[in-house]
Amino acid sequence: MKKACLKLSAIAAAALVAGCAISPSAQDIDLATSQVMTSSFRAQGDAKLDRLVLDASNQACSDAQDKSVDEKLAKSIEEANLKTVKFPADGKLLGNWAEGEKIAQNGRGLTWSDSSATANGGSCYNCHQISKTELSYGSIGPSLYNYGKLRGVTDPTAVASKPIVDYTWGKLWNSKAYNACSGMPRFGHAGILTVEQIKDVMALLLDPKSPVNQ
Amino acid sequence: MKKYLVTALVGFAAVVLGSSVLAQKTTAEGIAEYRAMLADGNPAELYEAKGEGLWKQARGPKNASLDKCDLGKGAGVVKGAFVELPRYFADTQRVQDLESRLLTCMEQLQGFNAAEIAKTRFGDGEQKTMESLVAYISGESRDMAFNLPQKHTQEKLMYEVGKKVFYLRGGPMDFSCASCHGEDNKRIRLQDLPNLTKQPGASTGFGSWPAYRVSAGDLWSMQRRLNDCYRQQRFPYPGYASDVTIALGVYMGVNSKGGVSTAPALKR
Repeated sequence: MKKACLKLSAIAAAALVAGCAISPSAQDIDLATSQVMTSSFRAQGDAKLDRLVLDASNQACSDAQDKSVDEKLAKSIEEANLKTVKFPADGKLLGNWAEGEKIAQNGRGLTWSDSSATANGGSCYNCHQISKTELSYGSIGPSLYNYGKLRGVTDPTAVASKPIVDYTWGKLWNSKAYNACSGMPRFGHAGILTVEQIKDVMALLLDPKSPVNQ
Repeated sequence: MKKYLVTALVGFAAVVLGSSVLAQKTTAEGIAEYRAMLADGNPAELYEAKGEGLWKQARGPKNASLDKCDLGKGAGVVKGAFVELPRYFADTQRVQDLESRLLTCMEQLQGFNAAEIAKTRFGDGEQKTMESLVAYISGESRDMAFNLPQKHTQEKLMYEVGKKVFYLRGGPMDFSCASCHGEDNKRIRLQDLPNLTKQPGASTGFGSWPAYRVSAGDLWSMQRRLNDCYRQQRFPYPGYASDVTIALGVYMGVNSKGGVSTAPALKR
């Protein structure tokens, strides 16, 4: 067995065979994956190689694959992400829902073929149902139709509305603050949307006059 | 030939006139009708015919055909090769997918510069040749079941690497392949997303590429499909026939075991 293994290692490219076992060990797989990632990508447009450097949250959620991360780790990821949430300096959390609808519709931005000169979209309809009139919506995330209405928000500036309004801001800013391995991008934390854009998306979800809440 | 052109034109007209025609029906009805129209004839068959000619034609600096190219089942054997790729090749000591293997053959047999072809933009020069070759070769395995070999250590390792890469979240939006293709019955907008982690999703997705893409008006290879996935994932640019794309091919191909290949299929 040992002899056969040595022979096999000699034949195979050294970079991809770090050990010799019937099935590759976790260590072999990690090493080979890191070599494969490093050798396969190049920078293009605004998509530089630093995009392959994972922060602690992405590392833990990648490692978990289709399983969930353990409860303690999830909690620490959520705490770390919650600390990144920044509220707007003027204390105003809701902008214009009509602008928010445009941002929700817009799926452009941050690919290697996009220009950084144009504003990014939120890609919201890619994954969520939002207003009732848009039939072309995705199903990766939950429906957000009647988001504010279902949560009893009749006046977003009222004290009673503050917990849900603040939570929604935090969720848009950094979704991982509330769900460690959420599939949703961290729109504020990652600089995908500006503070003003997030205010407009907030209005789309929470303004009683928004089509979302009719 | 004529039939395909007509189909392509009808499809084009449906796209152009879509808004006014569809206004009289519901959007969903219109889309269902458009999809049914597309299923009628597949322009990919034109690429298959062209690819067969290119496979047999003496080309390149060495003025040789690809008749002696070994796609894994012996020199010149095309039938059934596609549903066993990617696999390990002893001569290159690498796991290779269809396109990286074709690069090897085009360099060794025909004298082309593989690195140069890998750098060429999709749809240009010898990349155009590649579109027809992959259409022909995949078409020769149509309706055959995927059965990728997993005996060699490197084949096993590349499966595991592919799995890790599939779940690897990165870029400004924290996306991985699994963000879209890790669960059943998900959509982006109205586009259904196959779950590539198991059957039947794996062979439904992986097994339909290469495909003629109506929205692009061109035949896309698996390499081009993966390249555009990574673009939308907001990742940097994966090299043509790079190991990351081959590892993903092994992962999806092994997951497709038993499922039938429909490539080259027809896509929106």
